[in-house]
Amino acid sequence: MADWYDERQYDVLIVGAGGAGLRAAIAAADGGVSVGLVCKSLLGKAHTVMAEGGIAAALGNVDSQDNWEVHFGDTMRGGQMINDYRMVEFFAKEAPERVYELEHWGGLFDRTPDGRILQRPFGAHTYRRLCHVGDRTGLEMIRTLQDKAIHCGIDVHMEVTLTRLLKDGDRIAGAFGYVRETGRFVVFRAKAVVLATGGWGKLYKVTSNSWECTGDGCAMAYEAGAELMDMEMVQFHPTGMVWPPGVKGILVTEAVRGEGGILRNSEGERFMERYDPVKKDLSSRDVVARSIYKEVQAGRGTPHGGAWLEITHLDAEAIKRKLPSMWEQFHKLADIDITKSPMEVAPTIHYVMGGVRVEAGTGQSTVPGLFAAGEVAAGLHGANRLGGNSLSDLIVFGKRAGEHAAQYVKGVSGMPRVDDAQADEERTLLRRPFEGDGSENPYAVHEGLQAIMAEHAGIARTGEGLQQGLDKLLALQARAERLHVGGSMLFNPGWHECRDVRFMLTLAEAIFRCAIERRESRGSHWRLDFPDQNADWGQKNMIAVKENGRMAVRTRPVPQMPPELAKLVQGQTVVKSVR
Amino acid sequence: MADQIFHVFRGDAKGGDLKEYAVPPMEGMVVLDAMHHIQAHFDSTLACRWNCKAAKCGSCSAEINGKPRLMCKTRVDDFHGAPITVRPIKVFPLLKDLVTDVSWNYRVNKEIPPFTPSAEDARSKEWRMTPLDVERLFEFRKCIECFLCQDVCHVLREHHGTDRYYGPRFMVRIAALEMHPKDTLTRTDLLAGKGGIGYCNITKCCEEVCPESIHITDNAIIPLKERTADDHFDPWRALLRAFGGRKEPRGT
Repeated sequence: MADWYDERQYDVLIVGAGGAGLRAAIAAADGGVSVGLVCKSLLGKAHTVMAEGGIAAALGNVDSQDNWEVHFGDTMRGGQMINDYRMVEFFAKEAPERVYELEHWGGLFDRTPDGRILQRPFGAHTYRRLCHVGDRTGLEMIRTLQDKAIHCGIDVHMEVTLTRLLKDGDRIAGAFGYVRETGRFVVFRAKAVVLATGGWGKLYKVTSNSWECTGDGCAMAYEAGAELMDMEMVQFHPTGMVWPPGVKGILVTEAVRGEGGILRNSEGERFMERYDPVKKDLSSRDVVARSIYKEVQAGRGTPHGGAWLEITHLDAEAIKRKLPSMWEQFHKLADIDITKSPMEVAPTIHYVMGGVRVEAGTGQSTVPGLFAAGEVAAGLHGANRLGGNSLSDLIVFGKRAGEHAAQYVKGVSGMPRVDDAQADEERTLLRRPFEGDGSENPYAVHEGLQAIMAEHAGIARTGEGLQQGLDKLLALQARAERLHVGGSMLFNPGWHECRDVRFMLTLAEAIFRCAIERRESRGSHWRLDFPDQNADWGQKNMIAVKENGRMAVRTRPVPQMPPELAKLVQGQTVVKSVR
Repeated sequence: MADQIFHVFRGDAKGGDLKEYAVPPMEGMVVLDAMHHIQAHFDSTLACRWNCKAAKCGSCSAEINGKPRLMCKTRVDDFHGAPITVRPIKVFPLLKDLVTDVSWNYRVNKEIPPFTPSAEDARSKEWRMTPLDVERLFEFRKCIECFLCQDVCHVLREHHGTDRYYGPRFMVRIAALEMHPKDTLTRTDLLAGKGGIGYCNITKCCEEVCPESIHITDNAIIPLKERTADDHFDPWRALLRAFGGRKEPRGT
């Protein structure tokens, strides 16, 4: 080892301390191996904390007809059939067990009068399925997992950014990065790495995501040779705040509609009756987001370009009890009392369905020893994620990835060799903004990226617009070779932003390249020049992979369901996209 | 509209001072927006923590015009154009600018014995707990760990008592465990000993700054003080505990 970095060593290294990372860490520790957990923020602050609505799991506590088979069908239909059916099967079957487990670890949910876990309705779920605690389910989940994890004998390294996966030949050897507080470089040697780094909503300006959602894990996996899948699938949550400007994008939970909230246009019309007469305001997110967009385009938008979301017809005390954070958020940040006035909402970037391609059961990527779980992994949600399916995704596949990583390392003899040259190369890249002759401000480059994404890779896309966007992006990537910041390496946000921006530029390229290729409209991917779903494209997942230093894009057949699962999806048609 | 003047603490453990920035106003702006504007346009080295910008994660705690608050929830227009001073929370050691070393809190949390159901409950898959059983705990579970209550606790702030008292945050945490209908442990020995609940003399400063409006003193600390007093000074309860072992039901 060199003297210019600190070294830590674990059997399994978990990157990210949101729901998936914490659950993976607990599972790996249960497997009897040494576990290190690295997170960019303080423990308990990960993006999961912001999840509001609930955890989808077919307990059947409120609607007894619900079961894993219905959840399977809803999720496949929601994802418009390009999901990995095996993942969906594991998911629907195991989610209830994982929820009960949270309760056994001290988590508390809202309850039915007879004492069971209460469930609420959410978009495109056939039955009431979301286990919740008011509108702070994510906080409850993360606190429960956090308090369980700290007593499991794992080491937690807070406020550490990892920027490169290290490899010994083909297989994983650990990861390299820096301690945010001091700027000191650090090498984590590990036999297996589990990426649980979440999504990359910060590519976009109007987003519900926190600063951490810059896609580090996904971009590191790509650089290390892993396949990325369905990167064009970026979810617009229909209801983000739009006013005042400082709060633009902050999420208004789907639970508002789950509890009876109604969307109206500027003419007072309940417009979802036209776009999805059956599910109306509780249609899937892609459908509701497009419908709002169409209303605004047709001149029926609200003053700030959105829709009205009304819940004033409910009892004021009930609103404050069932949606306390929403009441507080609008009251404090927008001067609006939601028990008396409607909320102004518009689509906001919320989630990415694409990510690292993994094996359904184990979470292993195409790189030996590299696992991924949660939002950074692709396959479960297909073209559109149903609300509430994220929190259960985290705990079902967090557990599986942690378990299988532990199992994998038992078959690895000896710690993989760390090549100092790889670490040194990354150090050079990281130090360049201080030492090089560049003059580009990383925040300005980030703003430039967000402008490109908004203009060319937003809710409505065309082939021509995407190509223009890609050209602009490649020019911006060239500019990002010349980033410059001042100050020292001590807790320096501008310097941190430099590496984050490079990760985001890589993932933006994958989004553009995949979106150009998919010549159809499906789920969150809406092509105005190809407005319909196409049966051929419905058989394909998009794959982006690094080949000879460049990004190559190709397709891969969607795994075909066996008949007993296929019949679970029949009976109801897949919701037609809004053209 | 005129620029909004901010005086922001810049420095590290070795020392520092307030620095003035003029930030263009924006409708509905919160203090955190202004810090981001400073980072993007004036000085990218300004260190501050934040995550959600929606008062859910508790990362962006600071002292704004002397009052401990969340930066994401503090509206600039509340100050009517007067200069706004932003300093790091005082109670924990300064790292840089607005960022302090809060690691002590994480060490304390680890010392608290975790949630422990009975063997019988651990075996059963589904638990029955009525709304009444759990609802009073929701208040404690709302805590976002912003540590503003720790910042104003006089034991920690004025008397540097981190070696004697866990502080309000962890009284709330212990209350949530102690009052959980399925938990079997009793943590009053810890409260009387290392937790140092006796040091709290009910000034309620912690309640005043809690962004989640948790009644920290009334609903967590006072009931825990009563339980601790019962267990340590009531001979009958001491006997019961010595021979019973299980946590008995409590009125508060």
